[in-house]
Amino acid sequence: MSTANEIRQTFFQECDELLEALDDGLCEIDEGIADESFDLETVNAVFRAVHSIKGGAAAFGLDALVHFAHQFETVLDVMRAGELTPNDDVMKVCHRAADHLSDLVAAGRDNEIVEGELGTEIAAKLIGLVAGSECAEPGNDTESETFVFVPLGLPIPTNTDNGNQELTLSRFCVRFTPSAGLYASGNDTSLLFRELSELGELEVTVETDRLPDLKNIDPGESYLSWVVILLTEESEQSLREVFEFVDGLCELQISLDLDATMHEGPSDATKDVVDEARASTGVPEEESTSPTMVSASSPDSGTERAKPATGPKATVRVNLDLVDRLINMVGELVINQAVLTQCIKDAGLLDRGELSTSLAEFRNLARDIQESVMAIRAQSVKPLFQRMARIVREASELSGKDADFLTEGETTEVDKTIIERLVDPLTHMIRNAVDHGLEPPEQRRAAGKAETGHVKLTAAHRSGRVLIEVSDDGAGINREKVFQIAVEKGLIPGDSILKDAEIDNLLFLPGFSTAKEVSNLSGRGVGMDVVRSAIQKLGGRVSIFSQPGKGTTMSISLPLTLAVLDGMVVDVAGQTMVVPITAIVETLRPKAEDIHPLGADNQVVSVRNKLVPVIDLGVVFGHRRTPAPISDMVLLLVESDGSESWALAVDQIFDQRQVVIKGLETNYGHVPGVAAATILGDGNIALIIDPEETAHRSGPVADVGDRARLEEV
Amino acid sequence: MAETQIADSGLRELVTFRVGQQDFCIDIMMVREIRGWTPATILPHAPPFVLGVINLRGSVVPIVDLSARLGLRPSEPDDRHVIVIAVVGTQTVGFLVNAVADIIGINQSEVQPTPDVASDATRAFIEGVIVTEERMLRVIDIKTVLPKSMETAEAG
Repeated sequence: MSTANEIRQTFFQECDELLEALDDGLCEIDEGIADESFDLETVNAVFRAVHSIKGGAAAFGLDALVHFAHQFETVLDVMRAGELTPNDDVMKVCHRAADHLSDLVAAGRDNEIVEGELGTEIAAKLIGLVAGSECAEPGNDTESETFVFVPLGLPIPTNTDNGNQELTLSRFCVRFTPSAGLYASGNDTSLLFRELSELGELEVTVETDRLPDLKNIDPGESYLSWVVILLTEESEQSLREVFEFVDGLCELQISLDLDATMHEGPSDATKDVVDEARASTGVPEEESTSPTMVSASSPDSGTERAKPATGPKATVRVNLDLVDRLINMVGELVINQAVLTQCIKDAGLLDRGELSTSLAEFRNLARDIQESVMAIRAQSVKPLFQRMARIVREASELSGKDADFLTEGETTEVDKTIIERLVDPLTHMIRNAVDHGLEPPEQRRAAGKAETGHVKLTAAHRSGRVLIEVSDDGAGINREKVFQIAVEKGLIPGDSILKDAEIDNLLFLPGFSTAKEVSNLSGRGVGMDVVRSAIQKLGGRVSIFSQPGKGTTMSISLPLTLAVLDGMVVDVAGQTMVVPITAIVETLRPKAEDIHPLGADNQVVSVRNKLVPVIDLGVVFGHRRTPAPISDMVLLLVESDGSESWALAVDQIFDQRQVVIKGLETNYGHVPGVAAATILGDGNIALIIDPEETAHRSGPVADVGDRARLEEV
Repeated sequence: MAETQIADSGLRELVTFRVGQQDFCIDIMMVREIRGWTPATILPHAPPFVLGVINLRGSVVPIVDLSARLGLRPSEPDDRHVIVIAVVGTQTVGFLVNAVADIIGINQSEVQPTPDVASDATRAFIEGVIVTEERMLRVIDIKTVLPKSMETAEAG
């Protein structure tokens, strides 16, 4: 059972790769349309991707998926035969089909059923495409025939051969020699023959020449081969389809009418090339002598089987848990190294030249290993961007606004977890960009812009962080309206005087939604505040920049990884704690005259004429009962995204360093004001402070709702 | 899961230890390791019986003072105290005890229901008692002595 599950899991993982390749290919064809450079190999790659998904899906009984993939495949097949020239309309349908295919894959994975309507609609469009050109390969269409509606277009009579083939009985000779691997993977030859017998009259002869004596027999080995004579109306293609799932596990020779010249190796490549040859020449019977023969061992077919249509980069699929464990252990190694260094230092041996040199080398090695291991978790943002392309397509369809989607920096690598958690916020931002950002076509024309709007998604590395930007060339933020709505909703007092940037930031307030009507796309009132808290949870910040009439840009700045952060190691009433450096604006040692008591036990410090509330971390975390005199302490000025600031009072600053983040949630639970824990050089644990949460908990304006949302992991 | 399997076969192995002046035991399948006391990093806002967290080869493991948890006197941990690291589901927790005594094998039928006389605070954490050679062993229901999830932790 678990093996079956594993295989299933592998299939879906492969599907993800294949869908990515599919999307890639379609985009490439898209680009090809413009300059009319039509690369057949790309279409082939796309075809193979769909074909592989279909093949796998059939093995797992995902009928809906198989069915749809088959229709899609038929269209692509016609396309690669050159009978359907891809244009914008065709590609639109193909993109939709690819989207739907990925839906079906997801549904298959979650054992769900996708609502029929959309699928039927797209399927009908696909069939329409085929009908519009030519119905290719009748033998291939056994499944779609069951529900195909009669094609309206007249078939262009270029390929008379198909017609002939359907009517005449052909006599095929199939020589089938299974390898041991065929049996090992659970295939059964009798089932194959049974399937063949459905195609026509069958005569099977078994060849036992290679069968050794009983005492020499190896039960795992394959000794038998078969010669099958099949009298059928079907094309050779249909015959080969029967053997589709034992592809590569057997030697298969199919020849017409006992023809002596046979081609070997039933690999995909052979088949594909042969198909092409046939489609272009229209004489399938000649393929055996045609120069397009490709042997199964050719490198082309080898790579293709492993990973269709993705670049030459070899990859390994590894369980994420294993990687995490490795990261953990490497983290330990680094700590251990620090402890060792300390011990040697304490023993007074550090002056010995050789020892200190190798110790330094050890340290560098440990760091290098740590960095490399961290890099394993990094992934390119490409799949994420591809998902977003789909969101744009859907959003532009629903909103009736044409939108072009541009991406930049797809190869930027970010921690896998970050990518996963970015999906929802980015989806929201992209939808917003199309729905709210872009103006309707008439308005765009009036403003002298092209009717088709542009939504751009970029990713780049900036000083140790990842910067992701979503921009549109729409009307920009209507600040007056935003201000008015914020006042109406009671989010700000009516007489507030706000700067442009401050008005833009109002969009991030909970419960703010500018859409007058709740549209299908956005405007449910759970808007940008959720986006912001999701980004903040990842240790990132989101900001907004808008130019009236020119468009809006939203930037997300994220850490490269969730596994480490730069922290300031501080002393809080005898306890060592870590404050994330990203939160700290500045550190200061206050003068006594800058500190003013406010109320019973609150104090504020004046920093360049601005009064900032002081929070004694020792008191907040219960490490001391009564506040220590602030003037003896160091203040860390922290700022929230809402431009609130606080001064966190600590006893002293020890150090500034990169720390490995260790979750508290698994073994314990959430600790208020604490983001996570880390292990220090001496092996002890220090808690990492969440400055905003700490401040909110101690401050008078505890934003409980917001906190609660942030706390759920 | 391991627990139920053992219960089915009837045979159980238990690690016995001393907390305060009393003998307790837990199922050996729960115990991952036993180690000496090391000072823990204090967790703010934690219930009094949570002494803090320690570094167990790279994972952050909370330490529960079993004595305080069972309603006995809070311990003052020193070098002679021992931490029993237990794994319950996905959670790894350390329990501070006075000393680990030995490992005993018993039949599930030997576990008697907790007598009514026991105080409520202690009884809630005990699934039964075993009487052997003049000793009474209290079998701890480990799930109940875990530090509760964050809501409870925050309240405490």
